[in-house]
Amino acid sequence: MPEDNGHNTEDKKGFVQRFLELSPDSVPKTLFVAVTLCLAASMIVSATAVSLRPLQEVNKLKDKQINILQVAGVYDPDQNVLEAFSAFEPHVLELATGKFTDQFDPKTFDDRAAADDPALSVALTDDPAAIGRKAKFVTVYLLRNEDGSLDKVILPVHGYGLWSTLYGFIALEENANDIFGLQFYAHGETPGLGAEVDNPRWKALWKGKKLADDSGDLLITVAKAAPPAGADYHVDAIAGATLTSVGVDNLVRFWLGEAGYAPFLANIKAGEI
Amino acid sequence: MPQTRREMLIDPLVDNNPITLQVLGICSALAVTSSLKVSLVMAIAVTFVTAFSSLFISILRNQIPGSIRIIVQMVIIASLVIIVDQFLKAYAFEISKTLSVFVGLIITNCIVMGRAEAFAMKNPPVASFIDGVGNGLGYGLILLMVGFIRELFGAGSLFGITILETVNNGGWYIANGMLLLPPSAFFVIGLIIWAFRTWKPGQVEEREYKIQTVEAH
Repeated sequence: MPEDNGHNTEDKKGFVQRFLELSPDSVPKTLFVAVTLCLAASMIVSATAVSLRPLQEVNKLKDKQINILQVAGVYDPDQNVLEAFSAFEPHVLELATGKFTDQFDPKTFDDRAAADDPALSVALTDDPAAIGRKAKFVTVYLLRNEDGSLDKVILPVHGYGLWSTLYGFIALEENANDIFGLQFYAHGETPGLGAEVDNPRWKALWKGKKLADDSGDLLITVAKAAPPAGADYHVDAIAGATLTSVGVDNLVRFWLGEAGYAPFLANIKAGEI
Repeated sequence: MPQTRREMLIDPLVDNNPITLQVLGICSALAVTSSLKVSLVMAIAVTFVTAFSSLFISILRNQIPGSIRIIVQMVIIASLVIIVDQFLKAYAFEISKTLSVFVGLIITNCIVMGRAEAFAMKNPPVASFIDGVGNGLGYGLILLMVGFIRELFGAGSLFGITILETVNNGGWYIANGMLLLPPSAFFVIGLIIWAFRTWKPGQVEEREYKIQTVEAH
């Protein structure tokens, strides 16, 4: 029935045309513009993010390596990062036993992915660092003297500050009790306040502090006032950044305590590493 | 209102500068000007965002419903800022770390919104694009001037190259540490505004008040 068909197309045309002729302020047009724009914008943004990710990963890896060099006090901006980094021995450590494992290749082992993987991590009930899950395995780095004896141990730490999870490294001297340095390589704390964890003067406070006393009690703390144990175990909190300081205190005490590296540190003290 | 495209580009540099005359975009000017390199990257990023947001908003200006126009502008600006941020993370990682949140905060830079709302919504795309570039350059010019003064006298260097050997490095120049702190940018911008208004008295605003004289009773 040609007449009916003609009528239908005219109706359809009419609908599209009516839509186009609507004022931009009408409800359908408003919805249409909002949805289309959001779709277009999200596609462009995600395309950019996805296509640039490989480059960003390389940058992040290099940044992490630079941070390891810095926390160990051997960073030289003029030197090639990869070359300098090759002096470090990466090992995958099993936290519970405090021993290195050969199950994973330390060059490709991804600590952050492991912390999310149910097979490689445990959910925490006692969780002062507010990290949710703890990986059973982490990558640690050893720096040796020329004669092969241990010089420094670099341990990754992370935990929640005020706004964000702080990721960093703590470097210990060969006795596994004296701190050489602490440095965060990724965090989202407030610039000028919590972000002062990056301040060289504050970071310098960590050098020479001790983790535990002779009886093995973990005493290191970030606090406003020195604890009874004395200044050797005390790092001054950052003014104006109480919650970030508390976060750093929690994460350092968590990772260097029984749930973290304590078995590993005991092994180092026993001369087994 | 500038008439020719050339004027659109040149006008915002001195005669209608977004920072010194309109006093917009001050917050990021305080935060990122402690070194020239960072100022330059910020200036380029803002110019890019202002230019392209003005262009896209102008193309869509007849379709944008009045009731959601600010949100539409924000979506376009925010998308562009995310793209800039991603590019910086991929190609200028060190600088993106220094700029940290301030790249994201370009979204709230009043200059970008100001040009979108005041110019791009009422003018054709090419003119809007040029207007965006001009205002970005005007912002960048002040940023570079402030960055120049702050880095030279605060750290004794320009673009990281030592010009005045500081005492800390065994030289003679005692660096003015205050210039590395954000408040110093206020003083520098204030002095620049003073200089501009002395040079172009037309920029001086009329007083909104009158000082009364005390009469003897």
